[in-house]
Amino acid sequence: MTARDWQKLITAAVLLGIAALLPLTGNAYWLSLGVSVAMYTVLATSWALFSGPTHYISLATAAFFGVGTYVMGSGIEVMPYWTLLPLAALAGGLLAALVGLATLRLSGVYFVIFTLGLAEMVRQCVTWYQNQTGHKGTYVLTELTEADIYWQLLGLAALVYLAGWAIQRSRLGFALRIIGDDEEVAAHSGINTALVKVALFVVSGLVAATVGAIIAPRYVYIEPATAFAPMLSFQVVIMALLGGTGRLWGPLIGVIPFTLLWEVISASFPNQTTLLLGLCFLLIVYVLPKGFVGLMQRLDLMRQGREAFA
Amino acid sequence: MRQAPVLSLRGATKRFGGLVAVDQLGFDVAEHQVMGLIGPNGSGKSTTLNLISGALSPTSGTIALKGQPITALSARAIARKGVSRTFQLVRMLPSMTVLENVMAGAVFGHRRRWGGSAEAHAIAMLEEVGMADEAGSPIGQLTYIDTKRLELARALAGEPEVLLLDEWLAGLNPTELEEGIALIHRLRDEGRTIVLVEHVMDAIRSLCDACVVMSSGKKIAEGTPEEVLSDPEVIRAYLGDDDA
Ligand SMILES: Nc1ncnc2c1ncn2[C@@H]1O[C@H](COP(=O)(O)OP(=O)(O)OP(=O)(O)O)[C@@H](O)[C@H]1O
Ligand SMILES: [Mg+2]
Repeated sequence: MTARDWQKLITAAVLLGIAALLPLTGNAYWLSLGVSVAMYTVLATSWALFSGPTHYISLATAAFFGVGTYVMGSGIEVMPYWTLLPLAALAGGLLAALVGLATLRLSGVYFVIFTLGLAEMVRQCVTWYQNQTGHKGTYVLTELTEADIYWQLLGLAALVYLAGWAIQRSRLGFALRIIGDDEEVAAHSGINTALVKVALFVVSGLVAATVGAIIAPRYVYIEPATAFAPMLSFQVVIMALLGGTGRLWGPLIGVIPFTLLWEVISASFPNQTTLLLGLCFLLIVYVLPKGFVGLMQRLDLMRQGREAFA
Repeated sequence: MRQAPVLSLRGATKRFGGLVAVDQLGFDVAEHQVMGLIGPNGSGKSTTLNLISGALSPTSGTIALKGQPITALSARAIARKGVSRTFQLVRMLPSMTVLENVMAGAVFGHRRRWGGSAEAHAIAMLEEVGMADEAGSPIGQLTYIDTKRLELARALAGEPEVLLLDEWLAGLNPTELEEGIALIHRLRDEGRTIVLVEHVMDAIRSLCDACVVMSSGKKIAEGTPEEVLSDPEVIRAYLGDDDA
């Protein structure tokens, strides 16, 4: 590791330490916002690990998240909490592997549609199963406080960043960038393109499922419509694109403003959220196609250009 | 006793619906040989390279590398076994630097390198094609011949047993063409085994040990460049039946 790497690692650790102090303020509103930011950061960052380099837009976040929520919901009565987190991860990872193997040979458009349908399909299956057994939803009763949930999400965020950092510096990360640039060249260079894509999709799937499991106790009562809300998939895509997927920290700088904005929108216009979400999406794609990361790089280039002329 | 050919095709056939793009094609490429694959537009040359590299799988027939069949393998597996190629329409990795483009070949190719070894090897390949000074440049600023050179360096970085070049000299101006031919001459002198698809007759004459001539997917002639280029059937195929 170089001196710069250490510097980055220490900066990240310090920021994480500061973020971990939030519950100590005792402000419930800020803490609940903090949980949202942490949750979306983990989801958007892990989403971007796969979708950033490959340009495959996955709308399966809600499916994985919901699966994790339900693993927690259906297991909490019979198993200890801590065993359910890895189980949820496993379930999300397996689902991602299956979907990946079935769809990643498809071209981008089919992939988007398939992943959108997936969340809906899993939701219908859960609903059907619950109807068979005469339930509407499931209670998730734990001793966990909002602060516990927040800290767990921060811990998961740290893991995701470390994993992302390790992947970027590995053969796997290099292979993924080559695939994103030209899949034909990747295959002809000796890269197992299907395996690489599935591997990264599995990472994003297992992380999203773990987030669902961690969040489940916060809902207290879960039902398919909330656990598999398709809105979540779109929010994650928008936040990741707003921040920019070109850097590991890109999604984070999309998540923070968007979560705050969303807080205002859902409080002031509770019936128009979908419409406003759509507008945000259009705006981002037109104004900031490469997100804040791209904007910063452009400004940087312009500054260098001016200095060169001065 | 003669050594087994590095590459051999037997009855290789590729159909696209009703069109037979490659029809019962067979030929051998010996080690250190430069084999020219020539023929008029649409005669099936690129499709043949696609069959060898695994970009397409043959409808029937067999293709073997050093005596082992590679017919049913994926492009990835064939690349690992030691076949590298360039494309008729140049394919770059646009988000990467020149060096990274070449490292792509070194890291995942026939001999899998990583880290310092991959970088050193990639730089050596850039030197080989005369682009070492541009290692850090982005792709966007390269001239056309440099993109061609770069693609060649990436293919070489995989340390292939067989190198496939699809009209690598096409689109170059006369000075560039001279440089390009000299470059492939150097590869030839290094003893590399090459299959090259080419329209430039001077290049074929000076570079190829042997030629296979295709027309409408079929092999119509095989031999040294002098032999095939004076073959009446080849001349007829090139000029079209009307002119014969
Ligand atoms: N993927 C494909 N699908 C359908 N037809 C194809 C496909 N690829 C090639 N062909 C057809 O197969 C025939 C042979 O094409 P090919 O590209 O191999 O010719 P070529 O000898 O390389 O020609 P050129 O000198 O113009 O590059 C052509 O008629 C072409 O239209
Ligand atoms: Mg061609």
